[in-house]
Amino acid sequence: MVLTANDKANVKAIFCKIGPHADEYGAEALDRLFTAFPTTKTYFPHFDLCKGSAQVKAHGKKVAAALVEAVNHIDDIAGALSKLSDLHAQKLRVDPVNFKLLGHCFLVVVAAHNPAALTPEVHASLDKFLCAVGNVLTAKYR
Amino acid sequence: MVHWTAEEKQLITSVWGKVNVEECGAEALARLLIVYPWTQRFFDNFGNLSSPTAIVGNPKVRAHGKKVLTSFGDAIKNLDNLKATYAKLSELHCDKLHVDPENFRLLGDILIIVLAAHFGKDFTPACQATWQKLVGVVAHALARKYH
Repeated sequence: MVLTANDKANVKAIFCKIGPHADEYGAEALDRLFTAFPTTKTYFPHFDLCKGSAQVKAHGKKVAAALVEAVNHIDDIAGALSKLSDLHAQKLRVDPVNFKLLGHCFLVVVAAHNPAALTPEVHASLDKFLCAVGNVLTAKYR
Repeated sequence: MVHWTAEEKQLITSVWGKVNVEECGAEALARLLIVYPWTQRFFDNFGNLSSPTAIVGNPKVRAHGKKVLTSFGDAIKNLDNLKATYAKLSELHCDKLHVDPENFRLLGDILIIVLAAHFGKDFTPACQATWQKLVGVVAHALARKYH
């Protein structure tokens, strides 16, 4: 799976639109992840996962920042997220299936807030991008 | 047997009541074919699927999308008896159509994104959770008769 020039342009454009809301989107994606896919909560036993949790908000901000970083270095996502990739491989070891789930929830958030902007083509590009990020984060697992 | 709480049933029927089955079905199927192009393998006789524009405008895609989502509506009317409701369709998808059940999961997730785009923040996390359960259960019922 390769990100075409078109994909990269679509992803940059939609993130431009998301702009300052990225942090909120990150938090909402996590909220949806924990609600719709309760098994994902097993990675956060140390968190308060109630609605409006400050910890979830803070973590959502981190997730969003990583996605934005990947967008800003979309020609070299592996390079941009190398340290995060190490972290996930050595310490966090989140099962790879969960990146798909979070990616899906992020798409749901984007759809809910920007239905007109999430055309089928942009949807495809964003889905590919989120897959690429997930692949990078699990690349060093074994 | 799957258990549905009163709240879940409410979340399902209240959303479904506002869905335009034809539009939503067409959109969901078109997005499936666009976002996961390998799914086009099942639709060789659909004519022009060469671009997102072609897919969205393709009348066979529209018609089939409507058919698929109408069938989904049958599930919603028979939440307590999904296995029986989908037994024949499951056999059909295995024996005649040869569709990998993974495709049911892909379509289910696409449907959820289409619903989110349509309902915005009314498609709350609780709503999404219920619908994830529903699409999962439908996918499972459709895969049940595979051998």
